[in-house]
Amino acid sequence: MKLLTLNFLTCAIKSCKSSPASFPLHPRDATLEIIESDLNLAFLRNILPRLMWSELCTITRELGLPALPETVPTGEDMVEKKEGEEEVASQTAKDLHRVLLETGIREGGLVCGNCGHEYKVLEGVGNFLLPGHLV
Amino acid sequence: MTDAEIRGEAYEAQHVHTVYEEIATHFSSTRYKPWPIVERFLQELPDGSIGADIGCGNGKYLAVNPKVFIVGSDRSTNLVKIAKQHEPHAAVVADNLNLPHPLHCFDFAISIAVVHHLSTPERRIEALKAVLDLLQRPSDMSPDGGKALVYVWALEQKESRRGWDEGQEQDVMVPWVMKGGGEKPREKGRKKKRGETQEDRPTEGSSLAQPESKTYLRYYHLYRKGELEHDIEEAGGVVVESGYEKDNWWAIAKPR
Repeated sequence: MKLLTLNFLTCAIKSCKSSPASFPLHPRDATLEIIESDLNLAFLRNILPRLMWSELCTITRELGLPALPETVPTGEDMVEKKEGEEEVASQTAKDLHRVLLETGIREGGLVCGNCGHEYKVLEGVGNFLLPGHLV
Repeated sequence: MTDAEIRGEAYEAQHVHTVYEEIATHFSSTRYKPWPIVERFLQELPDGSIGADIGCGNGKYLAVNPKVFIVGSDRSTNLVKIAKQHEPHAAVVADNLNLPHPLHCFDFAISIAVVHHLSTPERRIEALKAVLDLLQRPSDMSPDGGKALVYVWALEQKESRRGWDEGQEQDVMVPWVMKGGGEKPREKGRKKKRGETQEDRPTEGSSLAQPESKTYLRYYHLYRKGELEHDIEEAGGVVVESGYEKDNWWAIAKPR
């Protein structure tokens, strides 16, 4: 499950959603995987304003991944300046693509910081179905 | 006890969720052509839009527009495993009534052929409310707020193979016939799925063997004219546009 997904996930329990502690979910005992994909500069630039940056920094820190820049990169940071040539992805863009779109959780848990419920990730598939007593 | 009283979560688990899990690969091999209204909705989104596909099945609609980012979800793990292969998108296992997304975080949502699988009026309205709850509220960044496309099977389809029409029973069981070896050859390299038993497949090495079929029944609530719009209003939504397309009612809705 690619890490970008975590930017849009929280606890499935309704009463947790109003609590700031329920976002982001915290990885537990995670095994990571890399699934390579083509870097799409326009796509990366477009989703930048939607990233919950400090929360993503928290997740990468918890996973022991290289630290993200302190502040969210700008669209300009995504491109290497090269006059008169086609746009080339900057190292920042490559790093961001690597961590958000190519790095994923293969196995492990995702824990709600509010209620403590743990959701399982198996074979790269996150399962957010609630057990009967929590519905 | 009446039918309506015994329906609910456990009923859907038996007559919807289990069936899709078992027919996943075969079902997926028959679901690849996007419906025009859905395709148009997805193609017209601004680049970089963020959305959810609730009940994404095999992810057929994740393939339509690679310039947006969609988080798909479905009850069936076997279908999600297929759906998550569509880049750049994502897919998770989740229930329409308990979605794992922050409130108001998406520009758009689609619910295609999903809400008709919920077996009481209250649960269908709750499912629509859960979809509307995902949508951004109007703001400076997004003056209109988010919008959702909902698509359900129509009662009025007398020209179809099923032949249902106005005035008939709306709560029906619809067969899914899986012929022996019925999984299409285009599904390359697939693994044998759980729930696929030996009698589902032809005897290997014998072209004379008659493949046995297995029939699964799925529960559907067939929507009558105006009912989808009514349910959306009940769920706290406003219908922006609606219509009928090939045996289905559809509506584009936004939060009130």
